[in-house]
Amino acid sequence: MRKKVLLLSALLLWEASPLGAAMQKASFLPQWSPQAQFAGYYVAYEKGLYRKNGIDLTILQGGSNQPPHDYLEGRKADFVSAWLAAAIQKRSQGVKLVNIGQVVQRSALMLVAKKSSNIRTPRDMQGKKVGLWEGDFQIQPKAFFKKYNLRVNVIPQSFSVNLFLRGGVDVASAMWYNEYHTILNAGINPDELSTFFFHESGLNFPEDGIYTLETTFRQNPSLATAFVRASLEGWQYAFAHPDEALTIVLAYISRARIPANRMHQKWMLARMKDIISPPNRAAPPGVLQPSDYARVAHELRESGLINKIPDYHSFFVRWDSHAEK
Amino acid sequence: MLRNRGIAFKLILFFTLSSGLILLLIFGFNYRFSRLLFEKKMADDAENLVHAKVNRIESSLLAVQKVPDTLASLLENSPYRKEELLPLLRALVNNNPDIYGAAIAFEPSGVDGKSPPFAPYFFKQQGELKYADLGKASYRYDHWDWYQLPKEINHSAWSEPYYDDGGGNILMATYSVPFYRMSGSNRQFAGIVTADINLDWLQEVVSSIKVLETGYGFLISKNGTFLTHPLRELIMNETLFGIAEARNDARLREIGRKMIRGESGFVPFRSIVSQEPCWMYYMPVPANGWTLAVLFPQNEFTADIARLSRMIIILGIAGLLLLSIAVAFIARSITNPLAAMAQASKAIATGNLDVELPACASNDEVGKLAEAFRYMKESLKEYITQLTETTASKERIESELKIAHDIQVSILPKIFPPFPDRPEFDIYAVIEPAREVGGDFYDFFFIDDKNFCFVIGDVSGKGVPAALFMAVTKTLIKATAQRGIDPGEILTNVNRELSQGNDSCMFATIFCGMLNTETGALSFANGGHNSPLIVRRDKEPEFLAGTGGLVVGAMEDAAYATQTVPLEPDESLFLYTDGVTEAMDARGEFYSDERLNQQVAQHRGNPIRQIIEGIMENIASFSRGALQSDDITIMMIQFKKNEERTASGITDVRA
Repeated sequence: MRKKVLLLSALLLWEASPLGAAMQKASFLPQWSPQAQFAGYYVAYEKGLYRKNGIDLTILQGGSNQPPHDYLEGRKADFVSAWLAAAIQKRSQGVKLVNIGQVVQRSALMLVAKKSSNIRTPRDMQGKKVGLWEGDFQIQPKAFFKKYNLRVNVIPQSFSVNLFLRGGVDVASAMWYNEYHTILNAGINPDELSTFFFHESGLNFPEDGIYTLETTFRQNPSLATAFVRASLEGWQYAFAHPDEALTIVLAYISRARIPANRMHQKWMLARMKDIISPPNRAAPPGVLQPSDYARVAHELRESGLINKIPDYHSFFVRWDSHAEK
Repeated sequence: MLRNRGIAFKLILFFTLSSGLILLLIFGFNYRFSRLLFEKKMADDAENLVHAKVNRIESSLLAVQKVPDTLASLLENSPYRKEELLPLLRALVNNNPDIYGAAIAFEPSGVDGKSPPFAPYFFKQQGELKYADLGKASYRYDHWDWYQLPKEINHSAWSEPYYDDGGGNILMATYSVPFYRMSGSNRQFAGIVTADINLDWLQEVVSSIKVLETGYGFLISKNGTFLTHPLRELIMNETLFGIAEARNDARLREIGRKMIRGESGFVPFRSIVSQEPCWMYYMPVPANGWTLAVLFPQNEFTADIARLSRMIIILGIAGLLLLSIAVAFIARSITNPLAAMAQASKAIATGNLDVELPACASNDEVGKLAEAFRYMKESLKEYITQLTETTASKERIESELKIAHDIQVSILPKIFPPFPDRPEFDIYAVIEPAREVGGDFYDFFFIDDKNFCFVIGDVSGKGVPAALFMAVTKTLIKATAQRGIDPGEILTNVNRELSQGNDSCMFATIFCGMLNTETGALSFANGGHNSPLIVRRDKEPEFLAGTGGLVVGAMEDAAYATQTVPLEPDESLFLYTDGVTEAMDARGEFYSDERLNQQVAQHRGNPIRQIIEGIMENIASFSRGALQSDDITIMMIQFKKNEERTASGITDVRA
């Protein structure tokens, strides 16, 4: 009965919507397979927020074989979710992409060590074996080692944390919303772990943001801003209704034929809330702070990954200010 | 509350409660004890079962381990050419049905630092033996757990299970052994030898564990990840710690930590499938630190105990009901007669002794009580009948005694002054009997115109016989005295008369005096009576000397002498019975002759009536609080002056 009423009201909304007639098609690719890291987009879609904003959206399935930048450049996706550091590098390499919404404000990347290996401060990592992922995941750790003058034995880290759990490395890389919880759920208690958050060491790299090609944006800026607005609304809804959001995310995961673990996704969603709207950060949602941009770009140039820092204003388009025009 | 309840209620309450308590204690003990026994048995069964299964898994793993162990040892200790290894590897995979695939992965940088990645791998796919060089593709084998782990920990190791990339969706685990080459004096890491196993057989081994209806077994890896479980969605997707997190169960998390640390134990655990409470026995597989756990559903295991307990409880309740009924019956058999008796005794208390007592057939205490009650009623009835009769006869005697008293009083002269026309002497007497009818007496009368006879006596014994004896004595004396003989002869005659036929051996003490009212000469005889006091005008009172003699009525032949003493005007004789001198005070002390003498002396000079009344008052105050044991009689006679006699004439001076 209730379902019917909902359906009916949805239909009425559809009819009543002034944008209903001018629905624009668009596609979006998350940078990884379905999980709560992208809850806001799935929720926005399932709750009809994209339609409400006049977008007939298709969410593509992400994964290791679907690099977002390739999809963007190949125009296989209008919008993608990508890491800020990766995007700056692309921009610097000449790919004309723009950040239209910086969703994640705080870096979730961290290093974690067992207290039983006597690592409690950064200095304790001196000479230890540290597991690092490849690519952009190494920028912050290497800046971190430099900052603390550490010479560590870098061991390539795979997708699992088994090497760390079994003592193959002393320190492991982890995303706070993912691997850290995996470690906890392999039976290691939080009080047995030393954690090193990069955002606490002056190395806050905002991570997931929404990117589109400059040309796409120019052609239809209102579509881009509508997409960001709807996505942010999706996130707000997901945080306000975590159980409903989880159900939606789990449905996406199982549709992708990936094992779904509700507790893990629950943890991830809660941590996404922490890094998307950090409690002590007054920045408006979806806005890339110039200071954050400058920090990331600076570290990239220091690491030799870029030669020249792209102009902030050409890289980032503030969706809310644009929408007002 | 309870106090106001009847015995039946209290009995039922007490017996039911105490029996219920005893029953409960026995039941509790029985339940606990049998539960303990069951649990112990379950624990033993669990241990045996899990132990057998773990051994089975362990032996399979150990068998697989031998292959890479041997190969690594061979690689380390003998020179080889990489190409020669392929047939050997192929044969190993082919000949070992337990092994799904095996690889020799050389360290990409190699011993000399220049070797390209090389990792020959033979594996079985759909029954066919296939070959691949893992170093050729973008596989980057040196980044995988199975390679990194033994390399970093310098020790052979079982990998965490993983799904085969080859597409068969086969759950695999890899046993990896590092091998080394000597480079100079350095023992340098050279690569890894692996053997993969298909874990499908584990599913079979573990899922074959069935305990009662819902008990099952599961296997977790060293990370707590489920490797086998009846719920397939948990396999490789959930850890025991995730379950603990979902249940918010810190204790389960602690159990999980013990499991992955390689401990074994027997703990309570809620089934993940049925959510029912179970016992879980867990034990590690020593080869790789995986843990096999088996759940024993508590409810099913204790179903027998529960059934037994239910029956005991039902039987117990039925027994208690029966007991209550029995107690109620017994209580009623006690309380009904009691209540009836209480009713009856109320009726008896109001005087109805003819009330019907409840019939009580039993011969127990209540029966005896009813019997005693009946006896009591009969006795009471009898006693009251007797009492009525006694009271009637006593009333009759009392009325007769009253009459006797009246007669006694009537035979003693009691009008004073008795002779108002004879002023030449004065006489006054008082008698206070100890009982209704006393033994004391006095009398006085004129023999002729001038001789005045007076008598005071005390008959032995008390009551009616004494009074009758007294009456006889008094009458005899008066009759004898009329013959005009002297007091001695009077007593002698009277004694003779009384002694004859005196079967009851009664006697009397008698003082008999005769006053010549003209001269004041006083003649007297004493038959064993107390000596009177003579009260002279100018001397202290003194006891009349020379009196004595035998009591009257005791010896027939006794003779009594007459003595004489002159009385001057205003001199008097004070006579009394032994009731006066032997009156006792509260301490048992006698009033005594001395006190009497002293009292008479004190009152000397007063009119005789005042003297007697004063002494009577004195005796009364002396013996206050003590019972009067004997009659008290006092008589006093006073001779007056001649002039007075002349002057007063016949006028009575007494008021």
